[in-house]
Amino acid sequence: MSPILKITLSRLAMGIVTLLIVSVLIFSAIELLPGDIATETLGQSATEETIAAFRERFNLNGPVHMRYIEWLVNAVQGDFGVSLSNQRPISELIAQRAGNTFFLAAYAALIAVPIAIVLGMLAALYRNSVFDKTISGATLAAISFPEFFVAYILVLLFSVTFGWFPSLASVDAGTGFVERLYRTFLPALTLTLIVVAHMMRMTRAAIINLLALPYVEMAHLKGMKRWRVIAIHALPNAIAPIINVVALNLAYLVVGVVLVEVVFVYPGLGQLLVDAVSNRDVPIVQAACLIFAATYILLNMAADILSIIANPRLLHPR
Amino acid sequence: MTPFLRKLGAAPVSAWFGIVIVTLIALTAIFAPLLAPFPEFEVVGPQYSPWAAPYYLGTDALGRDVLSRLIYGARNTVGIALLTTALAFLLGASFGLLAATLGGWFDMIASRAVDVLMAIPSLIFALLILTITGTSVLSLILVIAVLDSTRVYRLSRAVAQGILTMDYVEVARMRGEGLFWIIRREVLPNSAAPLIAEFGLRFCFVFLFISALSFLGLGLQPPIADWGAMVRESARLISFADFSTWQTATFGLAPLLPAGAIALLTVSVNLIVDWVLHLASGLEE
Repeated sequence: MSPILKITLSRLAMGIVTLLIVSVLIFSAIELLPGDIATETLGQSATEETIAAFRERFNLNGPVHMRYIEWLVNAVQGDFGVSLSNQRPISELIAQRAGNTFFLAAYAALIAVPIAIVLGMLAALYRNSVFDKTISGATLAAISFPEFFVAYILVLLFSVTFGWFPSLASVDAGTGFVERLYRTFLPALTLTLIVVAHMMRMTRAAIINLLALPYVEMAHLKGMKRWRVIAIHALPNAIAPIINVVALNLAYLVVGVVLVEVVFVYPGLGQLLVDAVSNRDVPIVQAACLIFAATYILLNMAADILSIIANPRLLHPR
Repeated sequence: MTPFLRKLGAAPVSAWFGIVIVTLIALTAIFAPLLAPFPEFEVVGPQYSPWAAPYYLGTDALGRDVLSRLIYGARNTVGIALLTTALAFLLGASFGLLAATLGGWFDMIASRAVDVLMAIPSLIFALLILTITGTSVLSLILVIAVLDSTRVYRLSRAVAQGILTMDYVEVARMRGEGLFWIIRREVLPNSAAPLIAEFGLRFCFVFLFISALSFLGLGLQPPIADWGAMVRESARLISFADFSTWQTATFGLAPLLPAGAIALLTVSVNLIVDWVLHLASGLEE
């Protein structure tokens, strides 16, 4: 077996084990609720029959490990049970919203990734210039500013003052694609501003690390133009760290989306999760947490595997 | 003390900016009852008053003075964030130092537990736990402290492991010094600089985290004045902003004031952290 396949498989296995442990943690949330959830929800006056029916409906009978397996098998098939507060099937509530959330995250990523890589390369090219200093200032702002601060400044500018974009990102199943892009522009821009600085900074660092190496110096010495040295010699070798930081930031995007969705009242998974937490609707919280956690873990795993594959030393073992 | 003062004098403008702002906010937090013109919870005027004396920053939806609530908010939000960070440090650093010094099964179990906790995004984890415990200040502090201690654990363990390979630690061990003596007299003093810088960074994360939860309505609960919650309460006003006159423009600033205060404090702390890290790296050269 080639070493690259071996490492990839072991990372894959590790990712799946992590996912399983995390799913146990999320499942045990309902076990840890203080008191009996059936009497708590139905009230003290509930009859034996209604309590029994409730326990049946929410899968509260039987030994813990059997219920965990049942819950997990159903969840993998997209069936998350029913909501505690309105008894509707959770998969119905989630399907549309999860789509909206991933749409927003993908939208932001498509804007952010190219900008970050190009600006990062430029910053490496013009090191210690005004442009480079501005970028390091922007990075500081991006890690220090709360998401909602960035969001409200954008709303104040582009929505209230200029009136170019709506301040509320209201979309539904019937909204057309172009209309949807227009309405979700401000939330996507907020997410972009939050992640772009970090990605840019890491791209810059990855390229600058390479610029000290002998083959880059050789390229300079044979008279290549500076941008060519960076684009042709440095960039391909910086791909691994860049892919890594892009995947990490995508993972962050999927989570950062929670706050941005609340600011723009966007009907996504994050908004649903926040509402469910305040209503203490445990099955919905579990479902949403499982989706967010799984996306995060999978993206991190993808980052790991891609940076292994992008490392040519592993492709040609000695 | 003099070398420290000399370094302070030679600090860059950015570090000075950070120090001044953090000091101002700390003083505001400590002397909040003396500085605030009105009490924290009391309804003192009509709803949504404009920015004019005696309500210099207007009043909120219930008619409480915004300036006073911002001042008390400094005390509540910063105080709770500091307490949480301190707790996270106590937990993370003591486990990290112990894991590095003891090694073996203790290190193994603690490190795997931290791996699992770090595999889930902390906001998602916090939301899951807060569903179970409900939103109270105590559970908020405990949840965030435990989640953030994982990062402190990683750092302090790595730093301590580097120090423990040094010859002077070997000498101390051969002299027969005990475990706690080594941690207290050899490891802690030598890991002070990265840990202080980490304290600043952690504080920023915790502070933003609490503000984010409060903004979502899941952190500090009303009527406690809190910057994150104030953003949430005044968010809808932003759509009434109108820049034709100065008075109507202030509506747009209502959510930006507390949000800006949060941003200002985190930027300032980050500027100080940068300077501390720079000093520490300079000293090693």
